Amino acid sequence: MAEIKSSRIEISDGALIPDKGEHSLFSAWRLAFFGAIAVLVLLPVLFPDPYLDIIKFIPDGILKTFEVTVLSIIFALIIGLFTGLGRISRITFINRLATIYVEVVRGIPLLVQLFYIYYALGKMVQLPRLTSAVVAMSFCYGAYLGEIFRAGLQAIPKGQMEAALALGLSRSQAIRKIILPQTFKVIMPPVGNEFIALLKDSSLVSILAVSDLLRRGREFASTSFRYFETYTVIALVYLVITLFLSKLVALMEERMQHHER
Amino acid sequence: MNDKPIIRIKNAVKTFGTVQALRGVDLEIKHGEVVLIIGPSGSGKSTLLRSVNRLETLTKGEIWVDEDSVTNKDSDIRKIREEVGMVFQSFNLFSHLNVLENITMAPLTVKNVSKQEAAETARKLLKRVGLADKETAYPSQLSGGQQQRVAIARSLAMNPRVMLFDEPTSALDPEMIKEVLDVMLDLAKEGMTMMVVSHEMGFARAAADRVIFMDEGLIVEEGTPGDIFSNPQEPRTKRFLEHIL
Repeated sequence: MAEIKSSRIEISDGALIPDKGEHSLFSAWRLAFFGAIAVLVLLPVLFPDPYLDIIKFIPDGILKTFEVTVLSIIFALIIGLFTGLGRISRITFINRLATIYVEVVRGIPLLVQLFYIYYALGKMVQLPRLTSAVVAMSFCYGAYLGEIFRAGLQAIPKGQMEAALALGLSRSQAIRKIILPQTFKVIMPPVGNEFIALLKDSSLVSILAVSDLLRRGREFASTSFRYFETYTVIALVYLVITLFLSKLVALMEERMQHHER
Repeated sequence: MNDKPIIRIKNAVKTFGTVQALRGVDLEIKHGEVVLIIGPSGSGKSTLLRSVNRLETLTKGEIWVDEDSVTNKDSDIRKIREEVGMVFQSFNLFSHLNVLENITMAPLTVKNVSKQEAAETARKLLKRVGLADKETAYPSQLSGGQQQRVAIARSLAMNPRVMLFDEPTSALDPEMIKEVLDVMLDLAKEGMTMMVVSHEMGFARAAADRVIFMDEGLIVEEGTPGDIFSNPQEPRTKRFLEHIL
């Protein structure tokens, strides 16, 4: 039998992935997830003032957070795809360009990038706040996803490309029909993790007064002066969302391993 | 077999860094001829084979398939590759496609055939390699021998005029080698021009018109299977055969 290389790639950037072996009733994930939900339910029941008001105040923010996250991940995936392809390109110019982009973005904190796009570049083109936020997040995460795409593309055995070329396909046909579909499969879990990381980082956009989850909390707290209560709820809501998503990623990964030979 | 060569290799030289994989190989293969290339690892036999469809680019020298130059940078290599099938040691089936899709992918992408026509051809080929019941299976669900037979069918779907085999049975468990060789034998009998890198003596005796022994990037000796295996002239050939027999 030929030795079949595992096409899994290891990139840990986003949330902690629950241990797949951990199936006990009191796994860390369950304790944290259901604990957080229980607290979120109990607090407004026991102390309707102010917790019920807080809970009523933030759903718009949750939606906005998801809006920023989903829009950003979509654009980041597109940027990431081309960056990843650029990183493995044989054309020196394209290769360098992609590499420089990755290096530059990874070397600048996201918060600084946000400021730069909204305030510094705003001197030339003033984009709306939400657009600025999505542009900055996509630009930043495009580089991270580019590296995931690169790793994914390189994880596909060389023989796949050779077989496609030998059959008469062009290089771009081979990439589209043979390499990319396999790459997408391999990178799903790491992309899921990036999605979670992006969702958490999206709280930074509140600095541009985009009314995301954190911003809504801030608005509530600054009028009611209930800082402790408000930020407790905000933290718990983030926690429940990310724990839920990281479970999804873990399940996805588990299923992938089942499909592997 | 007619006497006109379909593959012509002239003074093929290939260097990888400081390593000389090919050091000036001349070879002609006629229509319908089955040529087996043997030699120790590192002798350049795979490099030579892979140069024929330009998976390797020669450092020097020329190769033609019929009238088309493989080595000329301006020639349409994809057109040539359509005519030259290749089977790999590690099968290289497309793991995200099922058996039928593996076979129809290239005809659908490269040639203007209808889906129906491609599927029909694929089913015929699957029957021919004895895997008619496997069309919806994925490569990971097949044994090595089955995968290699699908790989052969996939190549044949492009209706090539030449088939290159790069150690097609080296990655197989012993009990699966025969099923692959049988398919290759049938192909040879039907008159396919074949260039095979392999040490399968049984196949050589049954199907090969010529055996070529390569060492250190050169053709050392060539002849009929009988000549080479029973009566080798060169000491290097003798030594090599003692090792593998």
